[in-house]
Amino acid sequence: MNIVVCVKQTPDTAATVTVEGGEVSWGDAPLVLNPWDEYAVEEALQIKEEHGGQVTALSLGPEDAQEALKQSLAMGCDQAILISDPAFAGLDTLQVSKVLAAAIEKVGDPDLVLFGRSSVDSDTGITGTQVARRLGFPSLILVSKVVSLDPAGGKIEVERMLEEGRQQVAGPLPAVLSVVKEINEPRYPSFMGIRKASKAEIPIWSGADLGISDDLSAAVHWPEIIAPPKIETEVEMIEGDTAEEKAKKLAQRLAEEKVI
Amino acid sequence: MNFELSEEHSMVQKMVRDFAQKEIAPIIKEADRTGEMAPNVLERMGELGILGICIPVRYGGQGMDYISLGLACEELEAIDTTLRVVMSVHTGLCSMTLLQWGTEEQKQKFLIPLAKGEKIGCGAFSEPGAGSDFANIQAVGKRDGDDFVLNGEKMWISLATKADYAMVTVRTLFDTEKVSSGLTTFIVDLESPGITRGDIHGKLGVRAGSTGWISFQDVRVPAANMVGEEGEGFKVTMSAFDSGRYTVAAGAVGLTRAALEASVSYAKERTAFGAPIAQHQLIQQKIAGMARDYEIGRLLYLKAGWLKNRGERNTYETSIAKHFATDVSFTAASEAIQVHGAYGYSDEYDVERYMRNARGAIIYEGSNEIQTLIQADYALGWRKDKPLRCEMPAYSTEEWQST
Repeated sequence: MNIVVCVKQTPDTAATVTVEGGEVSWGDAPLVLNPWDEYAVEEALQIKEEHGGQVTALSLGPEDAQEALKQSLAMGCDQAILISDPAFAGLDTLQVSKVLAAAIEKVGDPDLVLFGRSSVDSDTGITGTQVARRLGFPSLILVSKVVSLDPAGGKIEVERMLEEGRQQVAGPLPAVLSVVKEINEPRYPSFMGIRKASKAEIPIWSGADLGISDDLSAAVHWPEIIAPPKIETEVEMIEGDTAEEKAKKLAQRLAEEKVI
Repeated sequence: MNFELSEEHSMVQKMVRDFAQKEIAPIIKEADRTGEMAPNVLERMGELGILGICIPVRYGGQGMDYISLGLACEELEAIDTTLRVVMSVHTGLCSMTLLQWGTEEQKQKFLIPLAKGEKIGCGAFSEPGAGSDFANIQAVGKRDGDDFVLNGEKMWISLATKADYAMVTVRTLFDTEKVSSGLTTFIVDLESPGITRGDIHGKLGVRAGSTGWISFQDVRVPAANMVGEEGEGFKVTMSAFDSGRYTVAAGAVGLTRAALEASVSYAKERTAFGAPIAQHQLIQQKIAGMARDYEIGRLLYLKAGWLKNRGERNTYETSIAKHFATDVSFTAASEAIQVHGAYGYSDEYDVERYMRNARGAIIYEGSNEIQTLIQADYALGWRKDKPLRCEMPAYSTEEWQST
């Protein structure tokens, strides 16, 4: 099995996110492997352990954004590749999918491409499907279980977790999967993995390396980000001599506020 | 001079932190209340390699350096002292003493399963009547053919009832010029006939940990289990403390950090006199003190770890780090309770547990009074490090990571 897992570097979920001057800031919070992607890496590793093959972690980001890939290597991925080019800054998911699809093709002949369900920063959750469309692979998103996988027969059957319930679907390989947290329990990096990751030189692929020369200007822009208004709450104590009186006053107030 | 952690060290720190936060933090309050070890702690720490973190790969360990050991201890005790205690006795007192003084056969037989976490180790040194006055321990060993027969009581032994092996020091020579020259150390299988052991209850802190006693009645231990030579037991034991104290120092720094973080968070939320209490100067003073002590403690233990990596004796530096870090961790935890007010006095918050847990380390692994005497002896020039027959080996990436 040749498995590619796409990972993103995001702020730690413990970070305090603020909006300043129309832009999002998470202060000096550390950048980590997107928590949802940990499940994708784990699933890739479990599939490899069962069926053999190799796992390549791919990430698109600035040159210093290597923590997500290092973490993926420390967990057990065989190789990691960073896709980085100044021209790729500020892309929307449609353009990101173009870059990722080109990189996946350059890695060559994947059987499976895995994504986390979404990234905790922009939280769109559609990049996986867009990549699938570009590669011409079936898109199996929100997967909570790989029911069966037959690399020789080129078939996969998965359970998807939907709002309405669970859905079992089958499709041919190669396929793109996005996984939800119910699928597994991500492992911690091993000490041996940590040593390997800290020594690893991660190759960087630019737009030219991927043969992308078109203008990648994003179709969707985020001209200004506004923090949701702070909800102010007031507490009003309902006074009264008896419980009955208090209940009556409370009912009146609720009626005045059109709550009942 | 470089004060930056390497990428490898940062990743070790994160991995151990993630483990402690995800698996132990949610259950530790209940374990502390019931006085039982959190379930599967030893198994998980073994599986993840934490128990053998700084032991060479060829001896079943993970091949990381002594600074990684310190960082792991800091992260573990930031969640709960009981986790760090496991490192102090299993890794510090037992495994590292075997690494330093053990024969190749002993390393093959005992160190490998310990480093892999398949077996658990502890250090049985203190006795009901001798702790600081260690040279005057009462437990004895008498040679009988190829064995020694051990008799005596050991007390305040962490993991006494959980461990498979114990590093045990007893008196085997009785008419030596110096009493300390009559001691000998053994690695003892705790399943041996004649051993009884139990837990001690009613401790102020470290309630989710196991602290107990071990009694030896005519316990036969093969002479081949002697760690170091006969009469070298005092030196072997003091070497064990150089390793154990380092983990205690690093852990206490983690507890100080936990007290600081809890105080910062609470002080920003809680309001009094119309403002978050963080804006009141007397609260700021407490927080500044914790922050300062955390930074100083951290530099002290990392320097000791750096000396260990270089294979240099560090009794003095480790003593200072242990003494300082444990004293300030108790102060930090107590001040954290003060910042939390009455809430801090209840176990609804973690800070009261921090204070109870911090207190023990001022006594064990060499009381801070003993640390003061050690430091005075060095400062006055009365104590010089003499070469040991077996020094703790300097860390070498190649040697530690080859199989």
